[in-house]
Amino acid sequence: MPVDSLSPVAPNPPAFRLEGTGFAYGRHAVLAPFAFDLGTTETVAILGTSGCGKSTLLRLLAGLLPGIHSPWADKAAWMAQQDLLLPWLSLLENVLLGARLRGEPPDTARARNLLARLGLADRANALPAALSGGMRQRTALARTLMEDRPLVLMDEPFSALDAITRIAIQDLACGLLADRAVVLVTHDPAEACRLADRIFVLTGQPAGLQQIAALSGPRPRDPLDPALLPILRSIHGALKLAAGVA
Amino acid sequence: MIAVLRPLLTLLGLLLLWQGIVWLFALPPYILPAPHRVALALVEHAGLLFREATVTVAEMLLGLLFGTLLGASAALGLLVSAVARRWLLPLLVASQAVPVFALAPLLVLWFGFGMASKIMMAMLVIFFPVAMALYDGLRRTEAGWLDLAHVMTADLPQHRLRILRHIRLMAALPAFASGLKIAAAVAPIGAVIGEWVGASAGLGFRMMQANARVQTDLMFAALIVLAVCAIALYAGVDAITRRLLRWQPDSHASLLADKNS
Repeated sequence: MPVDSLSPVAPNPPAFRLEGTGFAYGRHAVLAPFAFDLGTTETVAILGTSGCGKSTLLRLLAGLLPGIHSPWADKAAWMAQQDLLLPWLSLLENVLLGARLRGEPPDTARARNLLARLGLADRANALPAALSGGMRQRTALARTLMEDRPLVLMDEPFSALDAITRIAIQDLACGLLADRAVVLVTHDPAEACRLADRIFVLTGQPAGLQQIAALSGPRPRDPLDPALLPILRSIHGALKLAAGVA
Repeated sequence: MIAVLRPLLTLLGLLLLWQGIVWLFALPPYILPAPHRVALALVEHAGLLFREATVTVAEMLLGLLFGTLLGASAALGLLVSAVARRWLLPLLVASQAVPVFALAPLLVLWFGFGMASKIMMAMLVIFFPVAMALYDGLRRTEAGWLDLAHVMTADLPQHRLRILRHIRLMAALPAFASGLKIAAAVAPIGAVIGEWVGASAGLGFRMMQANARVQTDLMFAALIVLAVCAIALYAGVDAITRRLLRWQPDSHASLLADKNS
């Protein structure tokens, strides 16, 4: 049951119409056909139980599913749950990896600036192994922003972090991604409520998108805001229904 | 300090054991010469042994170089070409069922008594571990890194070579290093077998000569020089690969390291 709460979505010109014809692993249909609009600066959160197909949806958008061409692949940057830093490159070189792989001249000044904004200025020449999980994920965020694409696809980017670090990085990411369209796949309803303009839950077999809420107001939101409580409740309801434990 | 002394103490222990066996069984020098006889032979034939060693070391190094190049090329070929995988891979595995030593007389027949046949021999034993280790490493690239590179390059074919170079090859370096270390360990075997079968110079040749003339002390001296060369080769390769892989946290080193030293 979609719940329209608080106030309607802030006017935001739709930049992308993201759609797919679904996906099946062999005979096992994972993902039903889906379609949704995404504003130029809008963040959409997609929630679902483990193995429901939310990563598959994101991989489809990123062009990472075999045999499926994604028209958004060249407009998208990708951030995953693992930092995916190359252990033989320094932080700075990791942030510049995209340019290196495309054979473009590296914009070192911009990379250093991004690292500085993420509090890593003095670690630019360190190897990833010397850093904490939070610092590594901040570097991954810098690398994602360095790609400078209008659409950012994030697959549970903060779920491997401890609660305090997670909130700090959510705040940083929210500020730095404010002018981009973001699809955030997560299993954490509180994270969705903090960061998203609209919240979808992926339910059913094969899984389809169901809009749970459209939120307004500045982000990141205070996770203890009582106005978020009914939304959290409806997310939990939808997730329980999806998991069959209603 | 104790870390420096430990190998010396081990060596001393082995020498004492050797001397003890000579005394205990009252062995004549032509069966097992005492350590001091071998040391004397080392000094007496130092010039000769040095000349022979340069030949054998050259064979080992050239065999290692060409065997590694050939093995690495084969690994890359297997990675990029499905045709190579279908036709070459079974052939490669089957080729290892043929004992390379059995080929030594043929190689001498085809490539002569000079260094060429020994380099070929060393190449043959080095090629396989290098090719297999690198091929395995190239296939086991972390999937997430390739996903990331896929999105960064929008999967455009003109960028694939750079992904191979900057991600796949770099990620395969630890496996390649293992293959290279095995290669460094077997390179002396290849060179010496080649020399045994037919040669006019080299430590293996000198050992056969000394054996035939019952100069057992010289044979042992040549064996010691060979062992030192082989250990130096291995240590050199180990040092180079460590340098290349400085980024890799070496969890094993801390396991072996003695906390008291």
